[in-house]
Amino acid sequence: MRFAGAIAAVLLIANTGFAAAIPQADRRSGYDFMKPDTKAMQDEDTANPGMLWVLDGEALWKRKAGTANKACADCHSDARTSMKGVAARYPAFDKATGRPLDLEQRINSCRTNQQQATPLPFESRELLALTAFVARQSQGVPIETGADPQLVPFIAKGHELYMQRQGQLNLSCANCHDDNWDKRLAGSAITQGHPTGYPLYRLEWQSLGSLQRRLRACITGIRAQAYDYGAPELVELELYLMSRARGMPLEAPAVRP
Amino acid sequence: MAREGFRISAPLLAGALLALPGGVAAQDLRSYAVVGDAIPRSLTGAVGDAARGRALVVERSSTCILCHSGPFPEQKFQGDLAPDLSGSGSHASEGQLRLRLVDASRLNAATIMPSYYRVDGLDRVGTLWRGKPILSAEQIEDIVAYLVSLRE
Ligand code: HEC
Ligand code: HEC
Repeated sequence: MRFAGAIAAVLLIANTGFAAAIPQADRRSGYDFMKPDTKAMQDEDTANPGMLWVLDGEALWKRKAGTANKACADCHSDARTSMKGVAARYPAFDKATGRPLDLEQRINSCRTNQQQATPLPFESRELLALTAFVARQSQGVPIETGADPQLVPFIAKGHELYMQRQGQLNLSCANCHDDNWDKRLAGSAITQGHPTGYPLYRLEWQSLGSLQRRLRACITGIRAQAYDYGAPELVELELYLMSRARGMPLEAPAVRP
Repeated sequence: MAREGFRISAPLLAGALLALPGGVAAQDLRSYAVVGDAIPRSLTGAVGDAARGRALVVERSSTCILCHSGPFPEQKFQGDLAPDLSGSGSHASEGQLRLRLVDASRLNAATIMPSYYRVDGLDRVGTLWRGKPILSAEQIEDIVAYLVSLRE
């Protein structure tokens, strides 16, 4: 009977191949799964909508803000040199809090501590613009996140979250992004979930969005409780995903369907 | 490893005993008996409606065709994470199909197919869905009636 046969076959697979990490040589960016016209949109600065945020970010980089009346550029001067490779190392360990911070949180900590200005809300146009501008300076740079030994326990927590089944649909990130990345979920290609392009322009969103926004969408998709923006769990997931993508080139601002 | 720590569901008790965090009482699940690899008797005591079952299977909110394909030529987007549903009624009995929908993890602990009629043993369920099965007993019976009608 095919029914029982299918069950046996799946059990066999489950004992051998499932939940195995993707071998280095097989790692592919979400870019590889896209149609040629979407790839062209990402490749051409003039066609890439994310560049509008990058341009806004460049203006904000030079604008004085806060009681300190300082611009980012007053401390970091030319981002083209000072920010090159920075996004490829985030999230990074923050000595002051003893925790990893993602790039958005780092920008906000400069705003509060150095500029003495109010932090920018997550997903606000300004925070996305500054993040896109900083990340753009690392376009093509291989991801290095996770080299700092102080990050080890936080990467482990992120990995645990990645493997954990959750929500009403009882699925883990790994169920889709490790075990089924060559398949389609209804109309969408399931990718390997590499965070190579953030912040990125999603056609579905008609906007630029952060990696945290994407993670919250996947968590809600499996009908689990999404963590709040900035929650330690989201940063740990970002950290794990970035360390899992080590060596892959950063694409920000990427385009995705 | 992902399922470590999950309890095997005890549907007979679930409705009566389960109180979920946040004070939300679990919606009462009908009791049912598993015999071998099947739930031989209807959850509602009645036979489902195959036409309603088909409509449910192709509806996105039921989630079936996120993973499965089947004899629904009008549906442009169908998944390929799971077997094609064509011929389900030839490959399995009604009772086997019912258990597959109610709690597929009893047949294969590692399956990615969600348990459509279970509220316990789940982690971090979002507030919108907490304490509720994915489908109601009536919906399960309608889908079972439809799947049984798919002959090869
Ligand atoms: C049921 C399947 C499923 C599950 C479970 C799931 N995702 Fe996704 N994920 C998708 C789909 C479909 C997309 C959209 C395809 C795309 O554009 O990459 C996506 C996109 C992503 C992306 C964006 C990749 C890119 O190229 O921009 C990341 C990162 C990601 N998921 C991480 C996660 C994490 C972390 C979890 C667990 C908290 C998770 N996903 C759970 C299906 C899933
Ligand atoms: C997240 C993925 C997923 C979803 C959603 C899902 N299934 Fe499945 N289903 C599977 C997989 C994978 C199998 C293969 C056997 C296994 O893994 O246990 C399966 C097996 C089956 C089988 C047995 C098929 C066979 O040939 O062995 C039936 C019938 C079935 N599913 C019906 C449904 C229906 C109806 C729904 C919606 C109410 C549904 N499934 C939703 C993943 C899914």
